[in-house]
Amino acid sequence: MGRPLIHRSPMPGLGLSMGITLTMLSLVVLLPIGALLLKGATFGIGNIWDTVNRERVWAALFLSFRLSLFAALFNLAFGVLLAWVLVRYRFPGRRILDAAVDLPFALPTAVAGIALTALYAPNGVFGGIAKEIGVKIAYTQWGIFIALIFVGLPFVTRTVQPVVEEIDREVEEASATLGASRLHTLTRVILPMLAPAALTGFALALARAVGEYGSVIFIAGNIPLVTEIAPLLIVIQLEEFNYDAAAAIGIAMLLISFAMLLIINLIQVWSRRRIGYV
Amino acid sequence: MSETRTFTFRPATEETPVVRWLLIGLAVLGIAILVAAPLFVVFAEALAKGVWTAVQSLGNRDALSAIKLTLMIAAISVPLNAAFGIAAAWFITKFDFRGKAFLITLIDLPFSVSPVVAGLCIVLMFGANSLVGGWLVAQGYPIVFALPGIVLATMFVTFPFVARELIPVMIEQGRAEEEAALTLGASGWRTFWTVTLPNIRWALLYGVLLCNARAMGEFGAVAVVSGKIRGQTATMPITIEMLYNEYLSIAAFSMAAVLTALALVTLLLKTALELRHADELAATRRH
Repeated sequence: MGRPLIHRSPMPGLGLSMGITLTMLSLVVLLPIGALLLKGATFGIGNIWDTVNRERVWAALFLSFRLSLFAALFNLAFGVLLAWVLVRYRFPGRRILDAAVDLPFALPTAVAGIALTALYAPNGVFGGIAKEIGVKIAYTQWGIFIALIFVGLPFVTRTVQPVVEEIDREVEEASATLGASRLHTLTRVILPMLAPAALTGFALALARAVGEYGSVIFIAGNIPLVTEIAPLLIVIQLEEFNYDAAAAIGIAMLLISFAMLLIINLIQVWSRRRIGYV
Repeated sequence: MSETRTFTFRPATEETPVVRWLLIGLAVLGIAILVAAPLFVVFAEALAKGVWTAVQSLGNRDALSAIKLTLMIAAISVPLNAAFGIAAAWFITKFDFRGKAFLITLIDLPFSVSPVVAGLCIVLMFGANSLVGGWLVAQGYPIVFALPGIVLATMFVTFPFVARELIPVMIEQGRAEEEAALTLGASGWRTFWTVTLPNIRWALLYGVLLCNARAMGEFGAVAVVSGKIRGQTATMPITIEMLYNEYLSIAAFSMAAVLTALALVTLLLKTALELRHADELAATRRH
């Protein structure tokens, strides 16, 4: 017999809620993604490979993923620090700091893009300081790195914060009683407890950074092979009405993002199992 | 003994004050550089030639049309996504069916898709060259490079916001209250309006708030589908890009300042909701 597809329930509204959910999901998300995959299928795997397998495309894909990884790693470290400070310490302005963490979620990416460019351009405040010591930030890979840190900033903090709140102080007391130094307790007891949540935040920040467009294109300079990100290549192909090439690069990005999410999910499952709790 | 000495003990579960203030300092410095500085720059650049110049730059026809378009897009896409979020949360939390986890994954999908790829998908589905889009254009209803396309792209990138907020809250609240109402003879709709909705209203507002902020500020997906026709399909973020690329710095930053003010109001309301209704929100307990 097997399990029934939908269990009988006295709750009303099954047809209506299921209908709205599946119709809108299909119309807004699934059919458009299907259209991309269909375009790829008619274009052919060989042609997709030929489109992607060019120096300029590889350079853009490699740049996007490398800088996204670095930015997500920075956000992993800074996000755990922020979560710890916000939950454990009491200091004036804590609530403002807490609210400020979410600004990158609320601020439109185009606004962030022009603001960061104004700040880090050679005639900007931070860009001027950097110029003094001979570093160029805007219109180089450093600029992209900073923009990607900005958009991914809240993810790790927001996933780790609730976990820090729930840490049982007795665990830390036990560790201290057994003779561990505070540093030892932090690195061997606390950090492993935060690891799964931190990894989730890291994965979200990474996924966001890889696809990011608005905050990056202003500060990037968009020089082919040097500071050209993968999403920009799609926009360029679309502006030339080259839909096949745009679809090919889009599919490549989609596949790499999904592969990354899968790998990170596996790491998460593994780390949870190793630490022994969910 | 003539003097009394007081000993202060540091609990073993705390860091030394030096370490503590060092960490707080790092956090504050990081946020000041990464978040506060860009925020400050937006207003400083907008007001570089005084308030009047900034206000004037928002008064022309194209700027006003961009503001109107952005408000219109939010007014269409946010309620539609809220309706979807409520329906999806009801379907997922009030019924047991196979493939529930898969359905939730599909709803979350837009978060892991680049906005540019999202826009590309809409173009390939509804563009004039596609099967569906070509037919619609022939009927006189163009989707891409027009309002419906921008609304669809906006809905794609904001799709999970409300559902993600409601599902954890409704799972926690269970079905007992609704079952009681139904047993007492209330109709399905009455149960929803008088039992479910009051329980989820703050979570719903929270989701709508985040959805709205993203809807008004979306750039990547809209840039692909809008066609950037001045006065017609140029939203506020698109207009910011066009003005900035034309070196009209004051005008670009003035419009950016309007969106920044909106972001600040969103954060303020969000923080107020978190302080007052923490136990009715999913965000404050999210893992």
